[in-house]
Amino acid sequence: MAKSHVSTTVNGDPVEFLCDTAETMLDVLRNTMGLTGTKEGCGTGDCGACSIIVDGRLVCGCLMLAVEATGKQVTTIEGIGAPDRLHPVQQAFLEDAALQCGFCTPGFIVAAKALLDRNPDPSETEIRYWLAGNLCRCTGYDKIVRAVQHAAAEMKGQPA
Amino acid sequence: MQYQSPASIDEAVAALATIGGARVLAGGTDLLVQLRSGSASPAAVIDIKNIAGLRTISETAEGFRIGAAVSGAEITDHEALVRAWPGVTEAAGLIGSTQVQGRASLGGNVCNASPAADTTPALIAARAVAEIIGPGGRRSIPVEQIATGPGKTSLASGEIVVSFLLPKRPARSADAYLRLIPRTEMDIAVAGAGVSLTLNEDGTIADARVGIGAVAPTALVLDGAPGILVGTKLEDAVLEKLAQMAGAAARPIDDKRGTIDYRRKVVGVLAKRAALIAYERAKGAR
Repeated sequence: MAKSHVSTTVNGDPVEFLCDTAETMLDVLRNTMGLTGTKEGCGTGDCGACSIIVDGRLVCGCLMLAVEATGKQVTTIEGIGAPDRLHPVQQAFLEDAALQCGFCTPGFIVAAKALLDRNPDPSETEIRYWLAGNLCRCTGYDKIVRAVQHAAAEMKGQPA
Repeated sequence: MQYQSPASIDEAVAALATIGGARVLAGGTDLLVQLRSGSASPAAVIDIKNIAGLRTISETAEGFRIGAAVSGAEITDHEALVRAWPGVTEAAGLIGSTQVQGRASLGGNVCNASPAADTTPALIAARAVAEIIGPGGRRSIPVEQIATGPGKTSLASGEIVVSFLLPKRPARSADAYLRLIPRTEMDIAVAGAGVSLTLNEDGTIADARVGIGAVAPTALVLDGAPGILVGTKLEDAVLEKLAQMAGAAARPIDDKRGTIDYRRKVVGVLAKRAALIAYERAKGAR
């Protein structure tokens, strides 16, 4: 069957791609566009490794068809900071050692950025509930939560 | 698999009616998992998110109308809706993670027909009415008439739930929803209870409705609840009768989430606690 043609915006850039209708946004980001920062963990919406932001909402890339991206604004981990200009959340994850194997990290950073964009001063409880859909099997979460608190303080211009 | 994203309900109904085995796609948080596992392999998915009115929450003289494709995040962000219906909105906010909330729709939660769907008992307590459009025209039914068993609905071929109407609230009204899960987030209800109350000026209950979930093949209306609750101020003996009634109405299964006895006990406790929360909220409501 003919592939579907999709016009969308990824990390601020207009993008066009062809996909099968059954392909997920995660499949297309990784396999068609080469944006492999977004990870596939479970593929069923349980782990959050594929977290992306679509029209301002945090979603799982694995639970969205790529054809649904038509006309949407998609942000992936590649659109958050740059190697020489890290986002405060990325800087805090490094400084606070909030990652070990790193597989879950892009999802956590995208999710944490989405949280701080709407709530610049979240409590620890709010951070833990917001990130409940992101699984990490290495860190035990404590350093991740502290890194998000640290990033929030940095973004408000206060030392943590 | 075909993908269609119609701009009108009529087009969506026509597509569903003409393509055998087509499925409706709203948030996709259940459907995409089924596609991946192979438990669903529809000839087409009909995306209803681009249909005007299916993604909006509006307040009219009749009450709040919530489009079927409105997501959990959109529901919990809607301040006026949260004020009027704290129980329905807290039920929507309990489903899945932040990421799932970003997509999962109210219509999907009800029409996926899981016995453990969190919004259904709360919508039942709220006397929500589902508006359905299909090849035979338009009809409205109480929300408890949609699910007929696990994964099964009363919708005819080609029919789509397009919206839910939550009726206009009298003064001194509020609702609450509670569920039990073994952890604090990201799990499926072992039992759930939704309670909606309206109080008289003297604090006695004027109207009550209770829905329970995850303890039978579908969520249930507790038909006898008004008889127990109306005229009372939720005295301890009244709450005990409510708990016993909820436990007796339950027809739960034994599974890894809980035994039959445990579910009967817990659904009663949840009904009591949800009633107390709804009562306190109603006292503070305008």
